[in-house]
Amino acid sequence: MATKSNTDKITSDLLRPIRLNKSFVIWMGFLGVSLVICLGAYGLQLKNGMVVTGLGDYVSWGMYISSFVFFVATSLIGMLISAVLGLSGQKWASPLARIAEIIALAFASVAGIVIILDMGRPERLLNVIIHGQIQSPILWDVTVVTVYMIISALFLYIPLIPDLKICSEKLKNLPPFARNIYKVLSLNWNNTPEQNKIIKQTTRTIAIFIIPVALAIHTVTSWLFANTSRAGWDSTIFGPYFVTGAFVAGTAAVIIAMYFFRKNYKLQDYITDNHFDMIGKLLVLVSLVYLYFNLNEYMVPFYKMKESEAILIRDLFAVNHAVLFWSVQILGLVLPIILLLFKKMRKPLPMLVIGIMVLLGAWFKRMIIVVPTQEHPYLPIQNVPLNFKIYTPTLVETLITIAPFILVLIIITLLAKVIPIIPVHETIEQLEDAPISPKGDLK
Amino acid sequence: MSEKEEKPKKKSRREFLQDIGIVGVGTLIGGSAIFAGINYDKRKKQGERIKVLTAENELLEIEKSDTTKVTKSPLKNLTYLQKEGRDGLKGHRWVMVIDLSKCRNARKCMAACNDAHHLRPEQHHINTLKMQDAKDTPAYYMPKPCMHCDNPPCVAVCPVDATFKRADGIVLIDNERCIGCRFCVAACPYSARVFNWAEPLHSHEDENLTYDVELNVPQRKGTISKCLFSADRLREGKLPYCVSACPNGVFYFGDENEDAVTNGTTKETVRFKKLLEDNGGYTLMPELGTLPRVYYLPPKGKEYPFQDKDKKEAGERLES
Ligand code: SF4
Ligand code: SF4
Repeated sequence: MATKSNTDKITSDLLRPIRLNKSFVIWMGFLGVSLVICLGAYGLQLKNGMVVTGLGDYVSWGMYISSFVFFVATSLIGMLISAVLGLSGQKWASPLARIAEIIALAFASVAGIVIILDMGRPERLLNVIIHGQIQSPILWDVTVVTVYMIISALFLYIPLIPDLKICSEKLKNLPPFARNIYKVLSLNWNNTPEQNKIIKQTTRTIAIFIIPVALAIHTVTSWLFANTSRAGWDSTIFGPYFVTGAFVAGTAAVIIAMYFFRKNYKLQDYITDNHFDMIGKLLVLVSLVYLYFNLNEYMVPFYKMKESEAILIRDLFAVNHAVLFWSVQILGLVLPIILLLFKKMRKPLPMLVIGIMVLLGAWFKRMIIVVPTQEHPYLPIQNVPLNFKIYTPTLVETLITIAPFILVLIIITLLAKVIPIIPVHETIEQLEDAPISPKGDLK
Repeated sequence: MSEKEEKPKKKSRREFLQDIGIVGVGTLIGGSAIFAGINYDKRKKQGERIKVLTAENELLEIEKSDTTKVTKSPLKNLTYLQKEGRDGLKGHRWVMVIDLSKCRNARKCMAACNDAHHLRPEQHHINTLKMQDAKDTPAYYMPKPCMHCDNPPCVAVCPVDATFKRADGIVLIDNERCIGCRFCVAACPYSARVFNWAEPLHSHEDENLTYDVELNVPQRKGTISKCLFSADRLREGKLPYCVSACPNGVFYFGDENEDAVTNGTTKETVRFKKLLEDNGGYTLMPELGTLPRVYYLPPKGKEYPFQDKDKKEAGERLES
């Protein structure tokens, strides 16, 4: 049985970050101001039209759509860590489940906003519901992303209920109304065995349910491209190719978040070097699978060199996009795999650097998938200005692209400020379980 | 008369006054009656009679002044035009045949089109491309409109049914509904679609026009545009803008159901199937399964030289 002092220490350690401090205010202020600047850029786009971007009639999808794919991709991590690892009994991952869920929820909910940024007539958004055409992949995407967002929110909330109760009881220095909110949200949790059982069963059900939905969101997103007859998109492996790529991006995002939470919230005892070691191995695994899909995706057309694809492949391998293509593949995929094979590299700081490399690579990889294909349509691009032939993003467009990232950071920061980032109840329970034989089934 | 003349003399002053009163009232009444009569006549003369055809196909003659002009609210008008635009022209299946052996890159089609649809110079509903298929094959000019595919990928992917296929074969756009997602641009393998990235060219002048789906005018910022087979001209029984503008006899346009197409320059009407058969007609990229309604006749026996200055652009894709 865990001693009382142990339990108290865990509780106070994990609840400590839930308070208003200076660095939080400064950080939020910084995010707020940046967001306002980016929204100003969006105002320009609303007023003048999408000419403010570098898009044209040939490359008509650019940074926004690449970002959208990236956001959907990153949000998949919730499913991988909380559901797949959770269900397969990987206990080491359970302290990371909440971080993964917060990231998943933030990215999934902002993904919808990214797509609005790309619309020529955002005020007609409701047409998608009023005149929705079921045969359009956009409809499928809107539907599954919404479902995934709701399930992710539940997946975050249900296991959180016991912790909310703890918050309402233990956070004595909070104003009463805040503690009341915790209390209401904790739905009369009393830590009875029966309640524990309900929560575990519900969590398990959601975990099972979220897997197909998560696979669906990214598969459908990949179909936005694969369902067109364009060289470079017309591929039958786009679904799994995108899903595995998503795991790479999401794992990197979790690593970065782990590093900062551990450091800023002083959680060295809870997010340990062992966690970094394990998730480093996970990143190697998913990256290897992704590498395998990359080989298929690029080597097969490279071998055949069909006319339309040959132009694209040449462009990627050796011409306009070569530098970006090889940087993304080597710095964002191959090199991290090699580095992470060494135990020394699976320590917090090196992992942070690798995580950033991988995540940046993941974003640019989406650009590599989205943009070059459009620069090489079947028929030649003629009689149009040069900027229609080669896509160069503008400053305004870049600022608008940054906006959703700021939004994600705001959501993550806020959530991590009001809820314990490491599950308190579960950690205590695990401690109780450790010395004695398994009592509560954690899976 | 004499008696009458005498009478007044005998009348007392009182009677006299009475008489004056009667005459006065009479004059007044009579006068106003005459006045009213003249007025009535005047009105009658002005209003000619006109013939009207009722909805039941009955020809009636009525007073024009009896008619009242119905002013449709712009909203109703738009709905009407949108419906008409979706219904299309009953009984037809429009097709276009482009004879590449005649095209000299005059670009009159492009100019006429841009003019009709209020497009910016870089927006092409129809674009004359400089083509070369292999290193040793001759270069040629190829006008490329929307193919009005019978299996159109653009229509399939549109999330709001803003781009649609009509029974008469034409693929149109409703820019009052388009959300500007540009999925159709991504899906069209023929690069046939253009977007209004900025405020359209004539948006100020066109402000008060009711939107016509068949002309796609006024163009709207943030929405799609593309070749419409000049659906508005077809409704009037005319050939499309580009077809009539070509000075070199490149375009044939007509109805597959009637098996007849008319050359826009010579106005000669020929059998559609025979034209294709005799000249080896084909469609672009049939392997994609889009089933285009635009047919090409190969650039065989061209009577013009391909301009040297265009050779480089035509061969660009072969070098790389
Ligand atoms: S050519 Fe393109 S725009 Fe025209 S119908 Fe076919 S897919 Fe649609
Ligand atoms: S841009 Fe407009 S017409 Fe094209 S797919 Fe989107 S809504 Fe449909």
